[in-house]
Amino acid sequence: MAIEFIDIVETSLAGLGTGSLMALTGVAFVIIYKATKVINLAIGEMLMIGAFVFYGFSAGLALPIWASVPATLVVAALIGGVIERTMIRPLLKDNPVSVFMVTIGLTSVLIGVVELVWSAEPRRLPEFLPQQPVLLGDAFIPSKTAYSFLIASAVMAVLITVFAFWRGGIALRATATDRAAASSVGIDVPGVFSFSWMLAATVAALAGILVGSVGGISSAMGLFGLSVFVVVIVGGLDSILGALIAGLFIGWLEAMVGRFMGGEFKLLATFSILLIVLVVRPYGLFGTHEIERL
Amino acid sequence: MRVATAKESYAADQGLFKTDTQKVWFGLLLAALVLFPLHGSNYWMFLAVLVMINVISTTGLNILTGYTGQVSLGHAAFMAVGAYTVAFFDGRFDTPVLLNLVLAGAVAAFIGYLVGLPSLRIKGLYLAIATLAASVILGFIFLNWTPVTGGLRGLNVPTATIAGIELATPDRLYWLVMPITVIMVLAAKNLFRTRVGRAFIAIRDRDISAEIIGISLLKYKLTSFAISSFYAGVAGGLWAYLFRVVTPESFPALASIFFLAAVIVGGAGTIIGGIFGAVFMTLIPEFLKLSATALVPWFPDASIYLAPVRAIIFGLLIIGFLIFEPMGLAEMWRRTRRYFALWPFRT
Repeated sequence: MAIEFIDIVETSLAGLGTGSLMALTGVAFVIIYKATKVINLAIGEMLMIGAFVFYGFSAGLALPIWASVPATLVVAALIGGVIERTMIRPLLKDNPVSVFMVTIGLTSVLIGVVELVWSAEPRRLPEFLPQQPVLLGDAFIPSKTAYSFLIASAVMAVLITVFAFWRGGIALRATATDRAAASSVGIDVPGVFSFSWMLAATVAALAGILVGSVGGISSAMGLFGLSVFVVVIVGGLDSILGALIAGLFIGWLEAMVGRFMGGEFKLLATFSILLIVLVVRPYGLFGTHEIERL
Repeated sequence: MRVATAKESYAADQGLFKTDTQKVWFGLLLAALVLFPLHGSNYWMFLAVLVMINVISTTGLNILTGYTGQVSLGHAAFMAVGAYTVAFFDGRFDTPVLLNLVLAGAVAAFIGYLVGLPSLRIKGLYLAIATLAASVILGFIFLNWTPVTGGLRGLNVPTATIAGIELATPDRLYWLVMPITVIMVLAAKNLFRTRVGRAFIAIRDRDISAEIIGISLLKYKLTSFAISSFYAGVAGGLWAYLFRVVTPESFPALASIFFLAAVIVGGAGTIIGGIFGAVFMTLIPEFLKLSATALVPWFPDASIYLAPVRAIIFGLLIIGFLIFEPMGLAEMWRRTRRYFALWPFRT
């Protein structure tokens, strides 16, 4: 079977669309990791709860799109803040493994809450992106994929600018480098912890709205988080640039594998890459290589 | 009040049972286990067998996570390996039950050894994610290696037959599962009186220090992975004989979280904690089921909410125990014992 060039191009573009959403979620993960050094296994579920809150506002309460998106982001920020304050902060002094396991518990709680409120059935989000398909040369791109890509890119551009120039972003980077030093120059370190979780929850919820508008929402959509893990591990846990590049790459790879080998090979391919990266370069492509001392 | 237990030799200090009281209690426990079937209805026998299977598996994860400090998110996948091994050998070759169980443990141990290999390079949370990756890949194999695993439909498991007696019902299977559980838990307890077990604990407490005093990290981490997976494999094999069918859905990712929760809730790094945790976590869904049935007169659709409520309670138990009682039920048990041992003084 000859694989047509146009097919490859279209699959690649679709993959980059998914990849941009993975990158966006990956950035949310990296924000949390940078500020609090927590490996948040619940990032996929935070994305899921954002998508369902949006569903609640836009379909349940029938709010218009310009009201339901901001409302969702505010609720997501609140959820993120509550999670940080009640579950993460009490354990931050302890060993990282406990906090990691708390986020495992959190996945279970969030899935349970969503199934309790909205049941386990898959649902569709109301259509809000333009329906007109996008043509790039001869290649056909579904409109939702194209617009998700654009929105995700715009949000990431804003985030990167914010981290580079805004005081709060600099405070976050300072906290990531050295908590004690940041605290001693007057940065409100616990405030940075809360802020990072709220910001990450907001970004994850936005990614959830986009993911949900492309593929529908269900209580199992947290599985998207598995691919996001692969993204952040490949890119390096504390590197936003790494999340961007690895996100696009993993999205592209999943699309190509799914198109030319079959959907069931997607996770196999990404997780094989994950294992290889873990063994060859555990700190990822752009992550900081931490040296351990006794 | 008991002030202290004086010991006159190292052997006594390292004994499996340190006091006569412990021996008496253990004897009472054994007697209770032997007498339990006289009382139990079929439902209770089923629960008892399920609890004991979970005790074996939790003890295995406890060896790896609680004692060696390596978090594994793929424990259920190793159980699945054991279950598939039993289904395959008993279904194809009709091999004896005990041999199947040993094979289940051995195959799972081998896979566990392979999964542990990345621990050469990575540790801690990275390793946890590697085990997650391994369990995803194992799930893929269960689903797609149809000639051996039966694909999506899975495999049927014949009735366990020992010396011509068919162990078709839980009350008969009990006599297979109970002795195996007792032996494996005692073996785990005993493991930590040996060099290997102490090496595990040293690795958990500070791996670099352990390496400096001459413990080969790779060797002992892999040993820990293999032993832990062996327990999971045997538990999975017994699970296959209990449920008589194995499919890729039998051991979902949530099951790995279940065992991790059991270790945390029970108390990581104590054998009795693994037992408490497994019993507690297995009985909670049953308790919820009972309460849902009791609520039906007021909330007719209470049972619909069972699965989500169970997920929420599992999660909250993990979070709550980690925040408020990181040493788990075992620590509560110890506090209670100390209170009575030191009475009338305050602890």
